[in-house]
Amino acid sequence: MTTMQTGASEASPQRDGYELVVGLEVHVELATATKLFSPSPNRFGDEPNTNIDPVTLGLPGALPVLNRRAVELAMRIGLALNCTVQACAFHRKNYFYPDMPKAYQISQYDVALNVDGHLDLPDGSRVGIERAHLEEDTGKSTHMGGAGGRIHGSESSLIDFNRAGVPLVEIVSRPDLRSSEQARAYVNELRAILTAIGASDAKMEEGSMRVDANVSVHRPDEPLGTRCEIKNLNSVRSVGRAIDYEAQRQIAMLEAGDEVRQETRHWDEGDGRTHTLRTKEDADDYRYFLEPDLVPLEPEAEWIAQVRAALPMLPAARRARLAEATGAPVGGEAVGVVVERGQDDYVLAVGAAGGDLARALVHVKEGYAEQGTAPVVPAADLAALTTMETGRTLTATQAKQVLAELVAGGGGDPGAIAAAKGFEAMDAGALETLVDDAIAANASAWAKYEAGEDKAAGALVGAVMKASRGQADGAAVTALLRTKRT
Amino acid sequence: MSDRISTEDVVHVAKLARLALSDEEIDRTTAQLADMLEHFADIDELALDDVVPMTQPFPLVNVLRDDDVQPGLVRDEVMAAAPDAVDGRFRVPPIIGLEG
Amino acid sequence: MAARNGDDPVPGDEVLANDRSAIELAADVRAGRLSALTVLEQHLAAIEMREPEIHAFNTVLADEAREAAMAVDAAVAAGRDPGPLAGVPVALKDNLCTRGIPTTCSSKILDGWKPPYDATVVERLHAAGAVVVGKTNLDEFAMGSSTENSAFGPTRNPLDTSRVPGGSSGGSAAAVAAGFAAVGLGSDTGGSIRQPAALCGVVGVKPTYGRVSRYGLVAFASSLDQIGPFTRTVADAALVTEVIAGHDPADSTSIPQPAPELSGTLDDGVDGLRVGRITDLPTGADPDVLAGVDAAFDALAAAGAEVVDVEVPAFTYGLTAYYLIAPAEASSNLARYDGVRYGLRVPAADTNTMYMQTRAAGFGAEVKRRIMLGTYALSAGYYDAYYGKALKVRRLIAADFARAYERVDVLVSPTSPTVAFPFGAKTENPLAMYLCDTYTIPSNLSGDPAMTVPFGTGTDGLPVGVQVLAPMLGEAVMFRVAKALEDRAP
Repeated sequence: MTTMQTGASEASPQRDGYELVVGLEVHVELATATKLFSPSPNRFGDEPNTNIDPVTLGLPGALPVLNRRAVELAMRIGLALNCTVQACAFHRKNYFYPDMPKAYQISQYDVALNVDGHLDLPDGSRVGIERAHLEEDTGKSTHMGGAGGRIHGSESSLIDFNRAGVPLVEIVSRPDLRSSEQARAYVNELRAILTAIGASDAKMEEGSMRVDANVSVHRPDEPLGTRCEIKNLNSVRSVGRAIDYEAQRQIAMLEAGDEVRQETRHWDEGDGRTHTLRTKEDADDYRYFLEPDLVPLEPEAEWIAQVRAALPMLPAARRARLAEATGAPVGGEAVGVVVERGQDDYVLAVGAAGGDLARALVHVKEGYAEQGTAPVVPAADLAALTTMETGRTLTATQAKQVLAELVAGGGGDPGAIAAAKGFEAMDAGALETLVDDAIAANASAWAKYEAGEDKAAGALVGAVMKASRGQADGAAVTALLRTKRT
Repeated sequence: MSDRISTEDVVHVAKLARLALSDEEIDRTTAQLADMLEHFADIDELALDDVVPMTQPFPLVNVLRDDDVQPGLVRDEVMAAAPDAVDGRFRVPPIIGLEG
Repeated sequence: MAARNGDDPVPGDEVLANDRSAIELAADVRAGRLSALTVLEQHLAAIEMREPEIHAFNTVLADEAREAAMAVDAAVAAGRDPGPLAGVPVALKDNLCTRGIPTTCSSKILDGWKPPYDATVVERLHAAGAVVVGKTNLDEFAMGSSTENSAFGPTRNPLDTSRVPGGSSGGSAAAVAAGFAAVGLGSDTGGSIRQPAALCGVVGVKPTYGRVSRYGLVAFASSLDQIGPFTRTVADAALVTEVIAGHDPADSTSIPQPAPELSGTLDDGVDGLRVGRITDLPTGADPDVLAGVDAAFDALAAAGAEVVDVEVPAFTYGLTAYYLIAPAEASSNLARYDGVRYGLRVPAADTNTMYMQTRAAGFGAEVKRRIMLGTYALSAGYYDAYYGKALKVRRLIAADFARAYERVDVLVSPTSPTVAFPFGAKTENPLAMYLCDTYTIPSNLSGDPAMTVPFGTGTDGLPVGVQVLAPMLGEAVMFRVAKALEDRAP
């Protein structure tokens, strides 16, 4: 049973006596057919400015109308993150930028749709979710003429409004993260949840999931430090690297007697550093006020209940279920990988067909990297294979080869395949003869092994495997060697 | 409520509103807004502590739209009205000094 | 200016179309007794004669109107019904989007801009067979009470061209008063339909907020703006309201009900109705105006109504609440005019400078002033003192009206404190101009409907307008009282 600790993960590295405090703001593009406030297509990759309408372009006289499906997907996110879904409203956030067609963004300010939730990570730690609210996305600017497509040194910028108005949910965590590893795990788990519930395809590389990190450091017995916001994190790896860099940067400043300035910084993947983007003093006054062109959103209890009831099993629950069934550790790699690939239902089906769940887990993890959620080998066939293994009629190595054929053939009869390959389990006497032959032929290796060098067994096991053309069971060989040593 | 507004306030507000004002305009606007705000102080005498702000004349909630694509605007027509455009995108000078 | 299309004269031609009501014109056109083209040509003739002097229009649409009129006539000839406004010439305020036709809001920042879509009300007028004759002048972005804030020059009052027609919908009011169109559409945020209607001697209506779709109306103050008609008769106004009102899914604030039925109950009279006389109205109105309103009460009492004295403090605080709320919303609504996607752009070395210079060059003084006031009222540290406080006052104002309407069915008051005033009379001090809207603003804040009916003239022969105000969704009783007044106007 894992313990739920709020905040600190099991490994909470304190660097030079400082504690790292991280909160993440994740923007997620919702998988709707149309935009948040207008019926233009919500599609990635179309020709510029082809998914536009008066609302998208902020034309005079245009008015927003809220997309029901966006609300539904936003509620799914909130409920999957254990939030309270509540009556709420929309505000205007006023600022000027060329990719903001109205010079204000319609968002949610003091009352968000989803509040007060949490996300439990595979390592057992819990991260608080402050809110997850709806807002519209901006258009996209491309900067021309500068180095590396940056604004600095550019000659002009080109604006495409296809993305303007796409529905976003902004998920704001509490500052409960204590390490870059934990932050990465948070992002991965969030992504797994978002795709499981069908709210978003959450691809950082395509921009449908964007992560900003708020990072500060402090000595554990002192108040929280000044935080910096880090932007331009385009992959999970960047999230980790940037947090580590920023933590070091801030610690170095504090150690040198300097103060950390509150500011927004830009992560440069190329040089591995964060750079000042703007300071607090430069920050705009957004002059939030209630959006007069929209009316309040008060999701009915029945609607919320419907959405909640329709939620699929979430990754954490899947991992727990698979771990329980297979006996593998819930935080381990096998369980994690198989659930991430969506192959856990299949493993359970193999068990239901009479197969050995522990062996099934291993095979699916190692043999099914490409398969997807609907593996081509019928569960019954894989079940039969695992039975042969546990009945000792096949060695692990032999089983792997049979599995490869099953996968290539889209199924089959493991017994027939094994027979066709001439696989028989070696009887104990024949095996011992081979082991004795190997010992005789590799005297120096045997001497080292006898003296206690376990690694020397490798040469001996290898000789037996070669002599048996792979039919010997490596584990059995090692066991024999051990008994002969004493 | 302050009855007066200073020229610093006006300069700040003009910046927020992206209006380039001449010195003369700044002075004139300051005087005019100060005059107005002094008149608008009449609401200070009202008891407003327990009053709920009103933003909507007609009490509607939950106005929602189905997630169906409807025909939008034709790009060429829109780009023809653009002050500057190239390759189907709106072009602007370097975006310096703005928060994005 | 082409002569008529060669139709033989038909009955009804002897009286010029410009002097006839929209209802009569539409009835004759639908019945084939009168051609829409004939109706149009007579209006175009009036335009040709007096428009150079009046300047009601930013754009006259003679060719387009002829095409539309001929299409109406063709429909009638083919046995189809073109609709309840068949062949009726309509003038549209130039802040209503008309596809492919310049929509400037009388501002340099939108000079020449052609919307790629029609406002919902424009679509409904077309569907009803109306013929759009032009886009009318207004105070820039609907901010003003005299149409002197137009970037393209003022409109003159047809009844006395040394005087203003009122504003901000001065062009539409003047167009109807001058016989350029049988119907005008305007927008009313603080009185911008009612006040110019009163000053030009025509009927003007601000429906309940949410009755008429705002989709395609260039926004000034989103929670206050409403579109409404200018007409020569109350019955015409009822018909036009029936055509343009009703739920629109493209406007989230649109009331989810069909258009109200108004024409059928117009002549039900006022016997037994309780009409409120507001005893605590701010003073300062012209004696002519007050005399006109007194006469209106007498007329209603004589017709069987019961006049009841009521206090409505909303009229005292409305101006302040309005001039904090409206500019705040406007400052946000007008931020989109930045030179990026449409309209004026002043080239610059960087985008921020482009914004600042484009907006400085494109907006007039009044617009800039209100943007500044509104930005200030929303800004950090001042929200609670200004905008936030004004929203609370708004709640009290709405409550004042609701309380009054428990005791009366309608309220009657002056529409404008003055009759039409000379050009330049109120431009020295912005506040002087703001006071023009004292009696109209409160119902924008509450969202209740209100309309103005011409009721006699003052000592200068200038028209006096009397305002009828009704509870939310109370257009039917409002129009009844207005009709009773019209029937008894001096």
